[in-house]
Amino acid sequence: MSYYFAMIGTKDNPIYELEIGTYKQSGDGTPKFPTEMKELNPFIVHSALDIVEEVQWKNNQLYLKTIDSFYGYQVSAYVTPGNVKFMLLHDVKAEESIRQFFIEINDLYVKMLLSPFYNFNESIKSGSFDMRVRLLAKKYL
Amino acid sequence: MSSSRLLVSGVGYDPAVGPQSTGPQVQQLATSTSSLKRQFSASGGAHSSIFDKNLHRAKHDISLSSLCYLFGEIVSWCDSKSRGVQQLESRLNNLGYSIGIKYLELTSLRENFASGNISSSSKSHATKREVRILEILQFINSSVWKGLFGKMADKLEKSQDLANQYMITDNLPLISKYISVPKEFQHLNCAAFVAGIVEGILDSAYFQANVSAHSFPEPGLPLKTVFVINFDDKVIKRESMRFER
Repeated sequence: MSYYFAMIGTKDNPIYELEIGTYKQSGDGTPKFPTEMKELNPFIVHSALDIVEEVQWKNNQLYLKTIDSFYGYQVSAYVTPGNVKFMLLHDVKAEESIRQFFIEINDLYVKMLLSPFYNFNESIKSGSFDMRVRLLAKKYL
Repeated sequence: MSSSRLLVSGVGYDPAVGPQSTGPQVQQLATSTSSLKRQFSASGGAHSSIFDKNLHRAKHDISLSSLCYLFGEIVSWCDSKSRGVQQLESRLNNLGYSIGIKYLELTSLRENFASGNISSSSKSHATKREVRILEILQFINSSVWKGLFGKMADKLEKSQDLANQYMITDNLPLISKYISVPKEFQHLNCAAFVAGIVEGILDSAYFQANVSAHSFPEPGLPLKTVFVINFDDKVIKRESMRFER
């Protein structure tokens, strides 16, 4: 089980990306995407953004669940009130744990946003943010 | 040990490299996260980062006098940088704008928390975004105003003449309460700062709008301020396409 997680700013710019594998079922956290898939990940997620923009006005939830799929891979999305999109490409269905993962990431993102040294839509280069996202991925995915 | 310190101090995301930027080396390290986590939480006390703070404190009040002092300084700094009332107001507006963008995210999170939807441990909440014009205005009118000023705004109206115009009235804006405007600045309303906050909130929620603050002194309410919100035509169009059929 492998995951590709991206946070997309309001100008469709990635502000954070992560590839991570599962730790469940004695996984070691390394992503096992096939090579050709690895290159496609950002494109699949990017093309799903159109669907997000369609769905986000019909549905007033933050977590939009699975919105797109690509040859057995699924894309789940979460939109914050400020329209930053969290996208997760995954190969197994796990709605509830993904929801919790997104909610925790939202918390983390707001904390990042409150830093006076971070501007809206800027890429998140903080190392400790990265660390914490990994810990959350370990906990939920 | 040295390598795990690498992870603690962090490598971080590099947009030029993409998801690999945190490195395969680091990823392997993450397997020993349990020991790492301990180390991290231990080191967290020594130099705690912004991520260790709790967003959901019950009280987040600040002292009114220090706020007014700070805001007074902001106004006079903006004044020294600008040539005239209009420029001063747009400077204040811009300052508020960047706050509004960030405040929207924070306040919606807190709102959901306060209504008991999230408890920081169980995280089971039915959060929502505002997707309609009236909803987001009500959200600003109540939640945002309460969070910022500790009270609701006094009135929320729709303009009778213009379809895209709405007005929020505050009889006594907290922020300009302690600012006395000199005669030569007659038209200055320091609540332009608050108008900027509202504009930032609306813009980042995809309700693009222009917001300006106007004084409407009334007997007994010398500071009464009306925030005039002019939505972009496309917002109105989207609203009618989505919801009026």
